[in-house]
Amino acid sequence: MKPLKSRQQNLWGFIFLTPQLIGLLAFSLIPVLFTLSLSFMKWDGFGAKEFIGLANYIDQFTNPDFWKALVNTAYYTVLVIPIQIAVSLAVAIALNKIKGKNFYRLFFFMPVVTSSVSIGVIWMWILNGDFGILNQVLARVGIDGPMWLTDTKWVMPSIAMLSIWWGLGYNMVIFLAGLQGISRSYYEAADIDGASNWQKFLHITLPLLSPTTFFIAIMAIISSFQVFDQAYVMTSGGPAKSSYTFVYHIYESAFVDFNMGVSSAAAMILFIIILMFTLFQFKMSKRWVHYEDQ
Amino acid sequence: MKINDVQTKTIPNQNVSLSLGKRIKPTRILLHVVLIIGAFLMVAPFLWTVSSSLKDMSQIFLIPPKWLPDPVTFQNYPNSLTAMPFDLAYFNSFYITFIVVLLNLLTCSMAAYAFAKIRFFGANVLFILFLATMMIPKQVTMVPLYIIMDNLGWIDTHLSLIVPAGLFNAFGVFLLRQFIRGIPNELEEAAVIDGANPLRIYWSIILPLIRPALAAFGIFAFMGIWNSFLEPLIYLTSPEKFTVPLLLNTFKGLYFTDWSLMMAGTTISVIPVIIVYIFAQKQIIEGIALTGSKS
Repeated sequence: MKPLKSRQQNLWGFIFLTPQLIGLLAFSLIPVLFTLSLSFMKWDGFGAKEFIGLANYIDQFTNPDFWKALVNTAYYTVLVIPIQIAVSLAVAIALNKIKGKNFYRLFFFMPVVTSSVSIGVIWMWILNGDFGILNQVLARVGIDGPMWLTDTKWVMPSIAMLSIWWGLGYNMVIFLAGLQGISRSYYEAADIDGASNWQKFLHITLPLLSPTTFFIAIMAIISSFQVFDQAYVMTSGGPAKSSYTFVYHIYESAFVDFNMGVSSAAAMILFIIILMFTLFQFKMSKRWVHYEDQ
Repeated sequence: MKINDVQTKTIPNQNVSLSLGKRIKPTRILLHVVLIIGAFLMVAPFLWTVSSSLKDMSQIFLIPPKWLPDPVTFQNYPNSLTAMPFDLAYFNSFYITFIVVLLNLLTCSMAAYAFAKIRFFGANVLFILFLATMMIPKQVTMVPLYIIMDNLGWIDTHLSLIVPAGLFNAFGVFLLRQFIRGIPNELEEAAVIDGANPLRIYWSIILPLIRPALAAFGIFAFMGIWNSFLEPLIYLTSPEKFTVPLLLNTFKGLYFTDWSLMMAGTTISVIPVIIVYIFAQKQIIEGIALTGSKS
């Protein structure tokens, strides 16, 4: 064999890389640096830019909208992540060794393929306080349902509820793939030792599934910090900003208030929060994620 | 339970009646009941949407509600189609998604091939850059991208949706690189001896071998673009250029109180997707599982 000379390697490497490299520079790296520089400026998007140092960042901490957005997003994340992971894992385990797995899978995954806007409109009707089907079903069993989307207390749990329904199938499918990667021999050995189903779950399934759980947890936290579509479509962030999320804050600062500097500073803070959470999870993962080949 | 299954499969003739008796455990039946209820709850919102779309104004606000429309009225469908150009939105969404997915498959596999098989200057640094950008939430680049699109004159054109999404997909590069790395070098070395250049190797050896990965990534990319909302919301202003999610959002804003009409519009936005899903569910679900488990 005659390997390519290193100059040729360089040439071919860059030929193949060029389209995505242009995309990386033009639509990701340069924009991020642009956001960073805008976060130190006062700019309405049209006129002259004015350098104002850290004022946009300081503004965030005295801005009630920022805190509202942060608290709402954190609340949403706390509601969605544990329930979604627990339920999708339970469904995945139930489906893993059952007859008709593909039949059930078809239904559980169905919401995943539909768009956030369609989902939002469907649930606006279901959760309608006066005529929505959910409150009418609840009334049948004697529960007086709340005004889900127009009550400041219930709007975030409502959005969390539909997000759990929406994302359940995705996580379930990833969990199923993870479960199928666990060798049967572990369970057979445990059966010989007379282990109960619960013991097998605790000492075989959970540890060996931990890389999958880790992946799902990371993806779920990143995406729940970015929640926007549902709140925008269903409640416009209301009532009284009680479903105003972090991305909503970034969006509204830029495209409603035309305050690009404030929006960019908020975006950088979101980036840092997500980065820190992800790094923290990676650090913690050494304690609970178990890789089989180690 | 597992052991029982194995035994009945491997030793079929021994104690058939006993193993049959063991198989139909009450816990199994209970599990099926729970799963059927769960599956119903997953689909119920869609069924309720369709049922509501087939009601007229006099039925939609009934308390207690009617589960099924009686009489069935189809009038909401022609009404939504004349109220909003859903056909145009479908055309827009389809061709935008189609081009973006094609661009993604081509350019991501090219970059992935370079990273996996060619030892070029700066490969490691560039690959780390690609990985690092996966960490950037797309909202962080929202404002600069708007300004870039504005300077290019691409606001309110489909180019603003096609070019950035088509030319940049770090996840795709990473995913396909994982697959291409798994291809043994001997295959290419044989081709090099035959005088093939990297372009030929990429096109006639690598691409055919990673077809399952391309299909999985294509499905993943398709769903992302088809359902994206934030980008069309920011870039597009003319209703005839809207994608399906954006059009449905406008529709919702205009006919907010006419629930049966809104449910017909929503059904129009959902049903074609669900039909495609039902026919291709195996490929879609396994594709999604593959993209998840490989990363």
